[in-house]
Amino acid sequence: MSQGSGDRRSELGRVRGLGSAKEGVQHWWVQRLTAIALVPLSLWFLASVLALLGGERAALVAWLSSPFSAGVMILFLLATFWHALLGLQVVIEDYVHHEGRKLATLLLVKGLVLLLAAASVAAVVKLMLQG
Amino acid sequence: MAGNIDRAGRPLSPHIQIYRWQWTMALSILHRATGIALAIGTLLLVWWLTAAAYGEPAFASAQNFLGSILGRLLLFGWSFAFFFHLCNGLRHLVWDAGHGFELKTAHRSALLVLAAALVLTLATWVLGYSLMGRL
Repeated sequence: MSQGSGDRRSELGRVRGLGSAKEGVQHWWVQRLTAIALVPLSLWFLASVLALLGGERAALVAWLSSPFSAGVMILFLLATFWHALLGLQVVIEDYVHHEGRKLATLLLVKGLVLLLAAASVAAVVKLMLQG
Repeated sequence: MAGNIDRAGRPLSPHIQIYRWQWTMALSILHRATGIALAIGTLLLVWWLTAAAYGEPAFASAQNFLGSILGRLLLFGWSFAFFFHLCNGLRHLVWDAGHGFELKTAHRSALLVLAAALVLTLATWVLGYSLMGRL
């Protein structure tokens, strides 16, 4: 009974702090973390692409042959697709009201984003090994 | 206001169309729209990378498309969406830290974000064309 007058949560619920959806602020927090990570990562990607502009495939292979470039590129891809997934999820939850259709759309979009993430990371690894 | 009562007899908030358009509201919607556009735009990035991994012919056709009028139009839209979402995302992070909620500040930061996104987009394209020696 130590809670304030407005707090009706049990002691256990208050300690866990996960709220009624049992997820707490994790979705919100990871969206911010990936957003912050994407500030330097996406600017680095843009600068790299500008440097490669109109070049041969060999220039791209040479760029990704460095483990540093390939590593940062993979981080950029993972942060991008993770951030995109969290954002798209909120949009779907906002506009698709039918439970079954919402679940189906979420699963479809999640699968598609995971596929794109896996294919692009695999492509970077293959290009890195060619250099 | 007779139309704004639900079936249980409770009043409903006015429909979105009733509100006067404001910059803060337009940017909020544009943030979501550019986010969706960027998510769809990752298809181009994945195509470009996987084409390079497949080899010379696939990469050449990807480069050809990206260099075409349609490709450049898509890339221009993508670059504006990118800079807008980046600048407005930073504005959101400042809000998350608890600053900038005053109406005047929110209005000013909206115009600042829009101007920054436009300038950065144009600067990037000028830089890109000059790097390719076409300016």
